[in-house]
Amino acid sequence: MKRLLVSLLVVLPLLSGCTKKTNEILIGEYDSLTGSDATFGLSTNKGVRMAFDEVNDAGGIKGKKLSLITLDDQGKNEEAAAAVTRLITQNNVVAIIGGVASGRSKAAAPIAQSHKIPFVSPASTNPDVTKIGDHVFRVCFIDPFQGFVMAKFATENLKIKKVAILRDVKNDYSVGLADVFNTEFKKSGGEIVADLSYQAGDIDFKAQLTQIRSKNPEAIYVPGYYTEVGLIAQQARQLGIKAPLMGGDGWDSEKLFEIGKQAINGSYYSNHYTTESTDPAVTEFVKKFKAKYNETPDALAALGYDAAKILIAALERSADLSSKSIRDELAKTKDFGGVTGKITLNENRDATKSAVVIQVDGNARKYMTTITP
Amino acid sequence: MQDFIQHIINGISLGSIYALIALGYTMVYGILKMINFAHADVYMIGAFVAYYAARLMGLETSPGVFTLILLLVVAMFFCSLLGLTIERFAYRPLRKAPKLNILITAIGVSLFLQYSAQVVFGADPKVFPEVMNDFVLFSIGAIEIKSFDVTVLIVSVLAMLALQFLIFKTKLGKAMRAVSANSSVASLMGVNPDKIIAFTFVVGSCLAAIGSILVGMKYPKIDPLMGMMIGMKAFVAAVLGGIGNVGGAVLGALIMGLSEEMVVAYISSTYRDAFAFGILIVILIFRPAGILGKYTVEKV
Repeated sequence: MKRLLVSLLVVLPLLSGCTKKTNEILIGEYDSLTGSDATFGLSTNKGVRMAFDEVNDAGGIKGKKLSLITLDDQGKNEEAAAAVTRLITQNNVVAIIGGVASGRSKAAAPIAQSHKIPFVSPASTNPDVTKIGDHVFRVCFIDPFQGFVMAKFATENLKIKKVAILRDVKNDYSVGLADVFNTEFKKSGGEIVADLSYQAGDIDFKAQLTQIRSKNPEAIYVPGYYTEVGLIAQQARQLGIKAPLMGGDGWDSEKLFEIGKQAINGSYYSNHYTTESTDPAVTEFVKKFKAKYNETPDALAALGYDAAKILIAALERSADLSSKSIRDELAKTKDFGGVTGKITLNENRDATKSAVVIQVDGNARKYMTTITP
Repeated sequence: MQDFIQHIINGISLGSIYALIALGYTMVYGILKMINFAHADVYMIGAFVAYYAARLMGLETSPGVFTLILLLVVAMFFCSLLGLTIERFAYRPLRKAPKLNILITAIGVSLFLQYSAQVVFGADPKVFPEVMNDFVLFSIGAIEIKSFDVTVLIVSVLAMLALQFLIFKTKLGKAMRAVSANSSVASLMGVNPDKIIAFTFVVGSCLAAIGSILVGMKYPKIDPLMGMMIGMKAFVAAVLGGIGNVGGAVLGALIMGLSEEMVVAYISSTYRDAFAFGILIVILIFRPAGILGKYTVEKV
């Protein structure tokens, strides 16, 4: 019996040592693969997987293959937090590619921060996300910038003076964009004729839109997500409002047109990139993505791809593949030529880069202009 | 003034949707003295049945009255089956159990349907097909009366009249009222309470199916949790009007729709749901039986 115990004691550490010596680098990812904004998560995941497959096909990093573990957060904050906890404590990942929504990053990133695991968000644009700690990064621009972009576009390109705002009060992202738009638009001499709100999940917006109609705005700024924006556009047209809608990257989904149909045509939104760009990095990416998934990549697929690529570059530069050195290498990212523009991570671990403005034109997206910070 | 009239039109059109669903709550309560919380989820299933039926039959691109009627029939059929199944397997075995058990079962069935639907249909929202063309019937200045709004109102009024007729003018209705008054005495008189209760569920589920298609027409975004909020509000409407009372359900629903619209228009959209449930609390304090309900002392 004693002998058995002794041999067990000798063998057990060996066994656990064995599992650590696998030839894989484990990277975790959580995303909204189901839920009301599932297209965001599914697209991001496709972009991330494509970047990982490319590296693995080329032989991996330092002779090791990358292994991606993706968990579904169902579009819920608490599920995102649970997913990150599981990735870190059970799967022992060395880094995490975060989700899309800022609210969910705010719930999940503190867990990565407390375990000192680097966390890269592809598309959480709320300013507070990277304030969580020095292990939290993002490859997208932040909300104030999108509010600024649309305010600038409205005054300089559309040359309009009267805008109404309709914001989703339940959503940090929407409130952030609306606030910045409000200040920036007023600063450039415009007038906000109404600033009303709705809540994600509502289906009837006629009361707000009736009020907006009486103020006769030249455009309505609705920085929400595509599900509600589609319905808002339809109901606005039903009430006879002709003014175009304006929004942010939360609009970027095929479902926007499916729900909004003709009503959303001619409206504008700011985004991270457009497939119409002639930049070779973009055309190459679009070609490869179409070949792999047989669909056109949206902005979230591009951001997912860039987030994964930046993480991969940091892994390649990292000497010992420990979480600490990966973090330090991530922080050094400079002038990285991504699909969504040239990315430099600043001292706040936020990406500084330009944004594009797009006009909805049926199922197509018409490129209007690029606005730099 | 123009805005005010527009708000009233919006409110009535929202209220008439609540009315259709509230009728289902009120009917089952009238007969069984129980609240069928799964009713709103039968409504959700109705929307999905119509969605898949339209896709399978290739009706997405041919809006019209024929499409509407066809989808209504299909959805009503499936919802009736579902209503019957729920009644048979979840509620009938508990007929003699305490009221609380059956209430908890109803909540359980509701959650079961919601989350199974997420697995089966996927949790992302779907776009409801165009069932009918929406066009302006007539307009007064900038105020336009749309065919959808009128259709919804007409259908809910028709449903209410049909129900009144069914309950007060037919033999089945007499049997329903008898079961409602006292089911054991009714069974001595040759009424089969099980059949009558099953029939009540069929009628309730048909109303939910009609409601789901009208909502899908007006707000073309459907998802597995779509029944939750609308169901709660319809339930409040039924209580407000006097639960068990058919006319009361419609009245309560119109009050709910109008007051919600006014709250959003003149106060803030943030108070929309708070106000709806505030109404419930106030009515329960001052008039527990609802506006048209009769207050009866429960016999012990």
